[in-house]
Amino acid sequence: MSEARPTDSRNAILGKLRAGRDAHPLTPPESDFTVLRDKRWAPSERLDRIKTMMEAVHTEFLETTEADWPTAVQDFLKAQGTRTLLYGTATEAGQRIAAAWADGGPDLVPYDGPVETFKERLFDGIDAGITTTLGAIADTGSLIVWPTPEEPRLMSLVPHMHVALLHADQLYDTFWQAMTENRWADGMPTNALLISGPSKTADIEQTLAYGVHGPKRLVVVVIR
Amino acid sequence: MGETSVNFAKASTTALQDPQLRANFRRAMDGLMSKRAVQFADSREWNAVRALGASVRLRALSKLPELLEKLEANCTRNGIRVHWASTTDEANAIVLSIMQRVNAKLVVKGKSMVSEEMHLNAFLEQHGIESLESDLGEYIVQLDEAMPSHIIMPAIHMNTKQIAHLFKQKIKDAEYTEDVAQLTDLARRILRKKFAAADVGISGVNMAVAETGTLCLVENEGNGRMSTTVPPVHIAVMGLEKVVEKLEDVPPVISLLTRSATAQPITTYVNMISSPRKDGEKDGPREIHLVILDNGRSAIYADEELRNTLRCIRCGACMNHCPVYTKVGGHAYEAPYPGPIGSILVPQMEGLGKRGELPHACTMCNACVEICPVKIPIVEIMGRLRAEAVHPGDAVKGAGARASKAEAMVWKGWSMTYASPLAYRFATGLLAKLGNAAPTSLPLLKEWTNVRAKPRFARRTLHDLAREKGIPDV
Ligand code: SF4
Repeated sequence: MSEARPTDSRNAILGKLRAGRDAHPLTPPESDFTVLRDKRWAPSERLDRIKTMMEAVHTEFLETTEADWPTAVQDFLKAQGTRTLLYGTATEAGQRIAAAWADGGPDLVPYDGPVETFKERLFDGIDAGITTTLGAIADTGSLIVWPTPEEPRLMSLVPHMHVALLHADQLYDTFWQAMTENRWADGMPTNALLISGPSKTADIEQTLAYGVHGPKRLVVVVIR
Repeated sequence: MGETSVNFAKASTTALQDPQLRANFRRAMDGLMSKRAVQFADSREWNAVRALGASVRLRALSKLPELLEKLEANCTRNGIRVHWASTTDEANAIVLSIMQRVNAKLVVKGKSMVSEEMHLNAFLEQHGIESLESDLGEYIVQLDEAMPSHIIMPAIHMNTKQIAHLFKQKIKDAEYTEDVAQLTDLARRILRKKFAAADVGISGVNMAVAETGTLCLVENEGNGRMSTTVPPVHIAVMGLEKVVEKLEDVPPVISLLTRSATAQPITTYVNMISSPRKDGEKDGPREIHLVILDNGRSAIYADEELRNTLRCIRCGACMNHCPVYTKVGGHAYEAPYPGPIGSILVPQMEGLGKRGELPHACTMCNACVEICPVKIPIVEIMGRLRAEAVHPGDAVKGAGARASKAEAMVWKGWSMTYASPLAYRFATGLLAKLGNAAPTSLPLLKEWTNVRAKPRFARRTLHDLAREKGIPDV
């Protein structure tokens, strides 16, 4: 096998593409985004739609208030028999959790070092992880999650249960609307995610099974 | 025919005689078709979003070289290293050199059709690197030492029983069970260990955004996120057509893709990756590499009509709706891409000498064209490739490879007969008298009569009957 010099391939490929295009230029039709722009729900309908769509793929919902949510989360997890909860210590939500956490609940585990120092525990010893969200999308029933240094990427992926905090006033109609209104194109984070349910597969004879590689359960905590 | 051609006719005959295989496909395809129809029940919305999706893909193709340069610049600015490969050999070599530099022994892979195109697993194994598929369907197919039979659902040719036997046979200490939840859980337990231990993660790319240098991946299982987040190095491989211009082009294409592919309004995860781990971030790969593969695509791009092949977003809907694919299944095509899209793409990549049969694996019923979410004129391209296969030229690799003197003579004779009333009358008269006596084993006739009854000729021609009614010859 002969290994061509990388820049040779680059220039050869781009040269061929340019020659091909210039010999036969292509005029694309206008992109008309009206179909996405016009997809709207009344504010009162959005949350219902999100719940219906996400519940259809086994997402669970917990309704609570701004004042009570840390306690509500702890009570819920206690009832589920959850032993450990991974959380980000430096976020406002993390601080509220730490302050409100009573004895006897799941043990709080901070995600406070690089994953290399923590991989075994993460994969083997954590029942649940809690993260914030940037809102949710009515069209598809999806949470918007942008991991940060304070809330790393694996928090919403590796633990068997993902608990996600959703503020009821942060709802969008469509994915397109969320990204254009908030000007995502001006600066994308390391990783941006839409999460629309617990991990699932239909690869064995089209039979749905939940919890294949990612979380087996997704619990959305709706904060009003 | 020069190069050895792959024998689709033979493989499909074998497939057709396998009742289990046919039942597995029939059930799966019927389900997929009806569920997809529900997703696009609103025909106004379907028409509008489809037109938008097609325009996004066409706009990307209209600026393809510029967008690839922009993608490269923005990825590089974000810390993603970009590599270019003209051939699959080059792409494999790039991947291997990264692996060797980091001394990788174990690779976990998310689903990637381009890596199938590269035969990457076999290549890495030759170099002593274990390459493990982590998408459940791909994992099953890899355990079975087979190829995916569908681009979205790789193990769709198998039923639960067959998979249960496979797991029992291939996985140490596995108990026999036909419970899908238990089978899934077994794979989960095995693969979680591998994700944690892997040195490198490999993924495909559903779309790469030039404007922001972002790689988009859609998936349901979470294995894609695992493969692109846990190992210290992530390598993404993409065909060069996968670029889109703007971030706002992503939502309509994803909506068309997930609804067409598996009838879901969206997949469980939409994973948008724009950079390796930054200072202060606690997880994510420290290195991301993007390998942009040509493998014949730039040649396809040079032809105004054939270029439309590159609009494809790999949703697989054309397979699910194809009367040929749904009967013979994916393996008969012996290619990474089966079904209608495979029948036009693979011959252009690998040449008509080897793959000239595939454009004939089509009844021209147009079902694929009607459901293709980006409006690819698949059937027209099919016809074009049939013609290219018998006419030497340079638009397509291997053009003219299937040219046959006998066939050319038959057509010549046919056109001469139809151009002369006298010859026509003579020929039809002759067939009316002697056609039924012709043995079914005649060389060209045999192709037809092998699997079908020979048509019976009427004793008198239509002209003859018309004349009797007093209608004069012109
Ligand atoms: S050709 Fe069209 S229908 Fe077939 S996989 Fe590509 S986008 Fe989907």
